Amino acid sequence: MTAKVSYGSVEVGTELPAQTFPVTRAALVQYAGASGDFNPIHWNEKFAREVGLPDVIAHGMFTMAEAIRVVTDWAGDPGAVVDYGVRFTKPVVVPNDDKGALIEVSGKVAAKLDDNMVRVDLVALCDGKKVLGMSRAVVRLA
Amino acid sequence: MALDQSFVGRTYPPTPAYEVGREKIREFAEAVGDPHPAYVDAEAARALGHADVIAPPTFVFSITYRAAGEVVQDPQLGLDYSRVVHGDQKFSYVRPVRAGDRLTVTSTIEGIKSLAGNDILDVRGDVHDEAGELVVTTLMKLVARAAEEA
Repeated sequence: MTAKVSYGSVEVGTELPAQTFPVTRAALVQYAGASGDFNPIHWNEKFAREVGLPDVIAHGMFTMAEAIRVVTDWAGDPGAVVDYGVRFTKPVVVPNDDKGALIEVSGKVAAKLDDNMVRVDLVALCDGKKVLGMSRAVVRLA
Repeated sequence: MALDQSFVGRTYPPTPAYEVGREKIREFAEAVGDPHPAYVDAEAARALGHADVIAPPTFVFSITYRAAGEVVQDPQLGLDYSRVVHGDQKFSYVRPVRAGDRLTVTSTIEGIKSLAGNDILDVRGDVHDEAGELVVTTLMKLVARAAEEA
């Protein structure tokens, strides 16, 4: 594990570079294939509406995979992530157009722990609403 | 309908080994749009101290979710799977998953709760490598929404 950020260089409150991740219908089909999650709520709007959703929604695990990139891109080594957890609070609705939806993710150091580890609290928004709650990662820095 | 509390603590037998392929890791990294070289380039991964290409942090969910399928579809448990949504997800890593790993998953029902008619099920997945070493522990919270009144 070789993070590029040193423990000594961060403080509680240090902000990580925020990122915006687009999610289109094509991305959801690709994610379904790669992950093996073929639940039709992620690609079939007729089915999604029948079960009470406004439209096709992104896989929660897709959103979770995007959000951690704010941590892994910052730390430099994805293998430096020690813990990662989220609550799926609101679905990311993905319209059937070429733009899809945008997931905006920001994060800041919330605590400095032992053994060069820090806890990062993440905020993931879509249309200004939180789509992940209790979104926290522990990462081991250099 | 409330789930049977006697299932709390129940552990299911380990799954057959899943071999982590480097092309599967590449496919997953592309699908989440993550260009980090440690997922596709063994040299880049080694430069970070890993034995081979590593998988993105959430990759292992595909394996543990399949393993949990046996639990959530256990007819004796009585979970209405058509009403289930994914509530929470957690990963605790001992080390990253990497190409060539042969992983088995042991699923355990950690908790069963009933809240406002919703059934809440916590399933832990302990993922071990071929040497029997723990690689990652996952925690999945599933919520079966209360059935609407007829």
